[in-house]
Amino acid sequence: MRTAAKLGTVKRDYQLWLMILPALATIFIFNYIPMYGVQLAFRDYDFSKGLTGGEWKGLFYFQQFIESYLFSDLMRNTFLISLATIIIGFPAPIILALVLNQIRRKAFKNMMQTTVYLPHFISVIVLVGMLNVLLSPETGIVGHLMKAIGLGHINLLASSNTFIPTYVISDIWQHCGWNSIIYLAALSSVDPQLYDSSKIDGANRWQTIRYIDFPALMPTIVILFILSMGGILSTGFEKIFLMQNALNLPVSEVIATYVYKMGIVSNQFSYASAIGLFNTLINFIFLYTMNAISRRVSDTSLF
Amino acid sequence: MERIRPCLGGGEILFRIVLVIVCAVIFLTVAYPLYFIIIASVSDSTLVSTGKVLLFPKGTSFFGYGEIFKDERIWTGYRNTLFYTSVGTLVNLLFTLPAAYVLSRKEFKARKYIMFAFVFTMFFNGGLIPTYLLMKDLHLTNTPWVFIVPFSVNVFYLIIARTFFESTLPSELYEAAAMDGCSHFVYFVKVALPLSKALISVIGLYYLVGHWNDFFTALIYIRDNELKPLQIILRDILLSNQVFASGAGTGGDSGGYAQKYADQIKYGVIIVSTLPILVLYPFLQKYFEKGVMIGSIKG
Repeated sequence: MRTAAKLGTVKRDYQLWLMILPALATIFIFNYIPMYGVQLAFRDYDFSKGLTGGEWKGLFYFQQFIESYLFSDLMRNTFLISLATIIIGFPAPIILALVLNQIRRKAFKNMMQTTVYLPHFISVIVLVGMLNVLLSPETGIVGHLMKAIGLGHINLLASSNTFIPTYVISDIWQHCGWNSIIYLAALSSVDPQLYDSSKIDGANRWQTIRYIDFPALMPTIVILFILSMGGILSTGFEKIFLMQNALNLPVSEVIATYVYKMGIVSNQFSYASAIGLFNTLINFIFLYTMNAISRRVSDTSLF
Repeated sequence: MERIRPCLGGGEILFRIVLVIVCAVIFLTVAYPLYFIIIASVSDSTLVSTGKVLLFPKGTSFFGYGEIFKDERIWTGYRNTLFYTSVGTLVNLLFTLPAAYVLSRKEFKARKYIMFAFVFTMFFNGGLIPTYLLMKDLHLTNTPWVFIVPFSVNVFYLIIARTFFESTLPSELYEAAAMDGCSHFVYFVKVALPLSKALISVIGLYYLVGHWNDFFTALIYIRDNELKPLQIILRDILLSNQVFASGAGTGGDSGGYAQKYADQIKYGVIIVSTLPILVLYPFLQKYFEKGVMIGSIKG
């Protein structure tokens, strides 16, 4: 009976099924089959037998990674870059949105928004190319500026002390404006009566920011914070990879770039899969923990 | 948004001064590097590299652009990227929009499960290596399809589209159409899509920029020089310093080539490769906020 009813709905909804089929098929093939292929991390990859044919090795490759001399460096670099990006990069769009929201003149606000969104559309290669030419200590404009204020010859891209700040600041430059859109949207939904009544109560603009705007952003802030914690170990592989050079490698080699080098460049498929899986698991644990904490503390959570 | 005109107390004046200063600093930090690239690309490279070009181009020279337009790699890259971007975006829309429509229909019983299956992939994936091996097994590596087929659906944009359909198409509309014998296909093409132009522009733009700026796919899956997209060519020129061998094939020969022009070419290449997006940008900017707002509605 029930099956018959189910078949009935499938028959009735056959057009809907047809319309979702292409998307369903793509997601299944390109997202779920690789998940099945994760077992490669526990097997010895065999070129002739494909993804799942190799001999079972258990946790061998995980152990190999944890015991490798690079392990502590990779973990430290990945965490440092991610933490720096979150600690400095996360509040930046919130502050920018609060600032932009204070602009009353429409044309001026529009001009500011157009400008700050723009860098988001520059490709990561062009961005790193820009960093290379602008930051060059001999010929770049930033190089000249640093000389002018007495900082001398520092190659910001080739020193292990300046790599992370350069990475984080350029990241803010590129995405801060774009990331502020979501906060601006949240601010635009604040009831204007709140501002009017606060004005009658004698609140100045600092106080409206502090007591109206900021609390209005809180739920959005929490959700985005949880999401960014979930991605703590998977920070921009592309940009780090492109910014890497022999001189900054001690601080710029992160798990994702190492997976690429082990897997795609040196064909150590099983070892690289194990590292990748290790990375995903830590991400997942972070996401889950942050979500649980947030549900307790603020009643806002993703799931 | 015009509110009661505030009387300008001392605090308000101070606030406005600080606001203007902060905005000016933000504006200059973002805009100046972009402006500098433009003026540097048409200035005498010696003057640029000694820090003499600051506000206006000096010793105007279009040598860099001349070299860029002579280089075949740039044109091949441009052609490939245009193809991957246009076909890719088209396929994206053809796959994403109908699926989003289906997921927005309450009478579609499987929607909860399918939605979960889609969203799950945002948090967990097989990782680089299993995906790479799958592409190899499917013989997608080193073909143009690798840019188009595997990425035809982006779950995040799918959610944006679904939320849009849910919130803009009242269910009475479909009921009325169904009464007149309208099927889902016809309703989707004749009613839902024409009402969703804003959404299509936003999602289309996101997909388009994604394809245009994508280099990772080519880095991993493409070996053939003829198939390389613009971004990979840019990497060779901007980052690997493969200088131009005056018009000839796959660069690397730096003899006969004046190093002092290398930077001018780099500035020019940045402009040439980013130009299409910058030209589209003003027309599409008004949709950005709409898109993000649609997407940020809790779903």
